[in-house]
Amino acid sequence: MAHEHDHEHSELDEMTLRVRALETVLAQKGYIDPAALDVLIDTYQTQIGPRNGARVVARAWADPAYRDWLLRDGTAAIASLGYSGRQGEHMVVLANTPQRHHMVVCTLCSCYPWPVLGLPPTWYKSAPYRSRAVKDPRGVLADFGVTLPESTEIRVVDSTAEVRYLVLPMRPAGTEGFSETELAELVTRDSMIGTGLPQEPAR
Amino acid sequence: MSYHTHADLGGRPNAQAVRPEPETEIFHAAWEPRALAVTLAMGATGSWNIDMSRAARETLPDYAQSSYYRIWIAALEKLLAERGLVRPDELQAGRALHPAAPVARVLQAAAVPAVLAKGSPTERAATTPARFQVGDAVRTRAQRVDHHTRLPGYAHGKRGVIESVQGMHVFADTHAQGLGEQPQWLYRVAFSSTELWGDDAAPGFSVALDAWESYLEPTA
Repeated sequence: MAHEHDHEHSELDEMTLRVRALETVLAQKGYIDPAALDVLIDTYQTQIGPRNGARVVARAWADPAYRDWLLRDGTAAIASLGYSGRQGEHMVVLANTPQRHHMVVCTLCSCYPWPVLGLPPTWYKSAPYRSRAVKDPRGVLADFGVTLPESTEIRVVDSTAEVRYLVLPMRPAGTEGFSETELAELVTRDSMIGTGLPQEPAR
Repeated sequence: MSYHTHADLGGRPNAQAVRPEPETEIFHAAWEPRALAVTLAMGATGSWNIDMSRAARETLPDYAQSSYYRIWIAALEKLLAERGLVRPDELQAGRALHPAAPVARVLQAAAVPAVLAKGSPTERAATTPARFQVGDAVRTRAQRVDHHTRLPGYAHGKRGVIESVQGMHVFADTHAQGLGEQPQWLYRVAFSSTELWGDDAAPGFSVALDAWESYLEPTA
């Protein structure tokens, strides 16, 4: 006898049904344009993500004048590359140095610079990260496989208002003569949050 | 105190490891992007502000047990019910049963790029001089407040130094309560680890956060 799988079509999980019901009611009441939902999803799945931030970082590595501008007026310098708006209205860029490494957290919710990094990863919103980042940052970095010299001070920045923070990691050694495109490929999302470092160039 | 937030997690005991994920892994179920989009689209109607959303989320009794997008949906349902925009029987039925209430705006698909690119800036023109300057020593308020606030518990009653003056910004505490923007100067304040966590704090780090002027008092 062939297996019957009809039940799989009726047993949609609770959240799927709950969100679908909500969406239906909101559309029927005229509060939302269903087509707008598709545009929103497509935007954050295909257009706004950490490659934007990587381009900002690569430009700063390649162009000292841009770097100065970025550190002085992050919002304007980032907007000049076409990234602005929701959850990045007020941008501050923090430059890592051998003496100081920045790591960004939002202990109160999930504040994150969307125009340059996209939507936050699950771990960024999780209780372990939000609890431990401000008390044991080196332990958190160890979870990411990152160990920093004892002489480097870690500065944890808790995003408690509407200022959004982007970390400018240090340019890896051995990248002299790299184009901005090549540099951007070395920039990881986590290096712009401060829980990671840029990739080393391939030998 | 009648207001209780479940979201103030900084420094809470937590022995769990942080689990890194690849850059492309943003959603973990097909309903999550729908939850995101429906939350953003309803936010765009102007029926509440972002601080009211945060207050609705952080006061959910099952906050600690819920995934992030489940929190978003539960808070969205709460905000809709409070304003009479959607009633519980409609969520149960999965269709509209009552007439729509008016909303200020409806986000149309064609307007999405422009609306996202504009965002909702919170900086306002300065109307008073800033009370503090970079390098000033301050102490954060020690007392709890009975409403949404953005001063984390771990930073109550702590001595820090003003590191940056960030402009005048909409005050989250009043904005969340429907008491208006009441902009205040915002500062980035840095704290030593020992000030926050005592003499046995882990070595080699410091913490900075953004604090509105009324969270701060000068210290000698």
